[in-house]
Amino acid sequence: MHSRKPFYIFVFLLVVLGISSSIYRGVEHRVPFLPGEQVNTWAIDAKVSFIGQGGESEVSLALPQDPAFEVLLEHTTSAGFGLAMMDDADGRRALWSKRAVLGQQDLYYKVTLVPTGISRLVEDIEPKTPEAPVWAATEQTAAQEVIDAAWERSGSNLSYARQLVTLVGTEKSQNLALLLTAQTPSRLFINLLAAKGVPAREVSALFLEDQRRRQQLVPFVEVYDQGEWYLFDATSGKEGRPENLLLWERQGKSVLDVIGGNNSQVSFSMLMETRPALATSIDMMETTQGLDFSLYQLPLEEQSLFKGILLIPIGVLMVVFLRVIIGIKTSGTFMPVLIALAFIQTTLLTGLVGFLLIVACGLMIRSYLSHLNLLLISRISAVIIVVIGIIGIFTLLSYKFGLSEGLTITFFPMIILAWTIERMSILWEEEGAKEVVLQGGGSLLVATLAYLAMSASWVQHWVFNFLGIHLVILALVMLMGQYTGYRLLELKRFKPLAGE
Amino acid sequence: MKFAWPWELRRAGVLNMNKRNIDFIGRYNPRKYYQRVDDKLTTKQLALANDIAVPDLIGVVQEQHEIAEIPEMVQGRGGFVIKPAKGSGGKGILVITKVENGRYYKPSGNEVTPSEIDRHVSNILSGLFSLGGKPDVAIVEGLIQFDPVFDGYSYEGVPDIRLIVFKGYPVMGMLRLSTAASDGKANLHQGAVGVGIDIATGKGLRAVQFNEPIEFHPDTGKRLMDIQVPNWDTLLTTASSAYEMCELGYLGTDMVLDSEKGPLLLELNARPGLAIQIANGKGLLPRLKHVESLGNKFMDVNDRVAYAKVHFGAHADR
Repeated sequence: MHSRKPFYIFVFLLVVLGISSSIYRGVEHRVPFLPGEQVNTWAIDAKVSFIGQGGESEVSLALPQDPAFEVLLEHTTSAGFGLAMMDDADGRRALWSKRAVLGQQDLYYKVTLVPTGISRLVEDIEPKTPEAPVWAATEQTAAQEVIDAAWERSGSNLSYARQLVTLVGTEKSQNLALLLTAQTPSRLFINLLAAKGVPAREVSALFLEDQRRRQQLVPFVEVYDQGEWYLFDATSGKEGRPENLLLWERQGKSVLDVIGGNNSQVSFSMLMETRPALATSIDMMETTQGLDFSLYQLPLEEQSLFKGILLIPIGVLMVVFLRVIIGIKTSGTFMPVLIALAFIQTTLLTGLVGFLLIVACGLMIRSYLSHLNLLLISRISAVIIVVIGIIGIFTLLSYKFGLSEGLTITFFPMIILAWTIERMSILWEEEGAKEVVLQGGGSLLVATLAYLAMSASWVQHWVFNFLGIHLVILALVMLMGQYTGYRLLELKRFKPLAGE
Repeated sequence: MKFAWPWELRRAGVLNMNKRNIDFIGRYNPRKYYQRVDDKLTTKQLALANDIAVPDLIGVVQEQHEIAEIPEMVQGRGGFVIKPAKGSGGKGILVITKVENGRYYKPSGNEVTPSEIDRHVSNILSGLFSLGGKPDVAIVEGLIQFDPVFDGYSYEGVPDIRLIVFKGYPVMGMLRLSTAASDGKANLHQGAVGVGIDIATGKGLRAVQFNEPIEFHPDTGKRLMDIQVPNWDTLLTTASSAYEMCELGYLGTDMVLDSEKGPLLLELNARPGLAIQIANGKGLLPRLKHVESLGNKFMDVNDRVAYAKVHFGAHADR
């Protein structure tokens, strides 16, 4: 007996690969694990306006780059302006340019953002240690006192920042009141940090609130500590990222630069939208080129075809389980799967009724054919043609009676039906009606169970969107192929041997 | 609806379908030898070459146009059997026990018209009864004059003796008797009576119908435990030598007793069913394990039969 170890290792690998690729799909591409999930997305309009002075002008606007949000769609509206999108050390920026610009100008940048749920601001590159600021003579003493007091009560760069931001935000002391007359809270906070060599920068953020217009960016401060930026609001003295905050500009640069214009300003309006999570993640993959090797890039018609095909493994799994573990008899190994596929088109009740009607009529006609002494092949061919006739008649009848359910009867695989009728008929002759009911009933039972498994919306969602699940199914089928234990129905069959 | 616990069955050594398929059929029956048992014509030719007695071969129908030759073929015979060479589970077997003035009669007395026979053979040739619907040939065989020792034990059908032969050792035996309920067929799930037979002596041990132990034949009222299969040693030897003939480790042999020719090999089965355990009231596994534990020790047919009689007889279990 050769070792089964490689087999189990292989099965284990399949399961691990299948599950991990599914989890990757869910986490990395944010394909929702459950169907029908919704996500909130933000549609934000940035409106840049300035007055052109007749000459050439260049407008540079920072674009959002925040790990907590991912760009789903973005576009710009700018009549007559040339546009370039830049992505460099200064962050992402839109650059509009035009030769002769005169009078009031409005440029729009629209973006749809999807929350990612990532709130940490991880940084790979350690920023330069800032140089100590030069204070005005009047401020020197005040600043030094504040710095010393905070430094005294802190143990690390981060706790130093925490101490400082509370002081700056609440400004109870005279020292701070003095310092704040000359500088904004954010600037002052950054300078105080720089005095001890702690890297920090001013960033511009936007509070996202549904249906707000003419919003302005607000300054926040990012403080670097051990591979991560921490967000502080120097004005309120609070630490951390408020909910629905979008970081628009994070490089410490200006948000808007206009050359050749004056009275320039940028304002924001925003709208919250609810979209299906799945569609959103597919759109997202499209924009990030994550779609290279996936079913989503197929034309819609082929996609829906695959949605059907990818259900077959589920049906097959059910059949293997019901036959190997439970021990139900079916006529034809995988015929129940095909019937179940037809049920998906017809719905269960219509499918069952239709199936029984066709097979019953077929059996009657087949019993007439058996008197004619035809060769097997031509007899089955005749049954196929008759089945098509029966389906046609039922479809017409149900149309006349206004039963739209009857029209779906055409989804039954006709050749399979013809073979079923032929086999049932032989079974009837050889082993009697009881065996026909037993095997036919077994097939229908298995088909129904397979249908129930295949029609569950979350199953349909999983088999199409998480292809890794098929590796798990493969592993399960292979495992069951090794099962040498008793089938459930054998426990009944062999009951007389169980002893007292 | 009563279910046994799996461990109860395991303790009783009951072989189940999955284990049979994987651990015995899969391991001991090489695929390439299946043809020898799946095609009854091949089996017959092999048996004849190995001096194993089989029912007379009257003729073979291989093409549709040869069907017309059947009446000529069976001329002068009191009865005959038409069966598909690749049939399974007794499917497609037509038994004619009486031929009178060119008219054919089944054992039940019902007439079979020549056109019905034509259609039946045509179905066989088209592969209706063969595994996977492959085209097949029809075998026309002589009728078995079954041994009157079983008179009163079987209703209409021919009683047959099924032996499970594992690596050449006969490990368990059963006599299958048709009943009115089984419509003359010998399939246990259709209501035929299964009688467990003592490997050592050929005596009836216990009988079941529809999984329930019974004492008397439901149609004839004869006591089933009194059965003593005649020519038992010949039966064992024939079954055991089928192993050399077809080289399948896990094998079911079906034999009948002809009043003149003695035991005849009817067919071999590479996937014998498990009902024999119920008829014997015993699991197969301990005996199969016993044979496995012998390793590849060489024994000839007579040694194996002798060994089986000592170790698998009813007295050995006690």
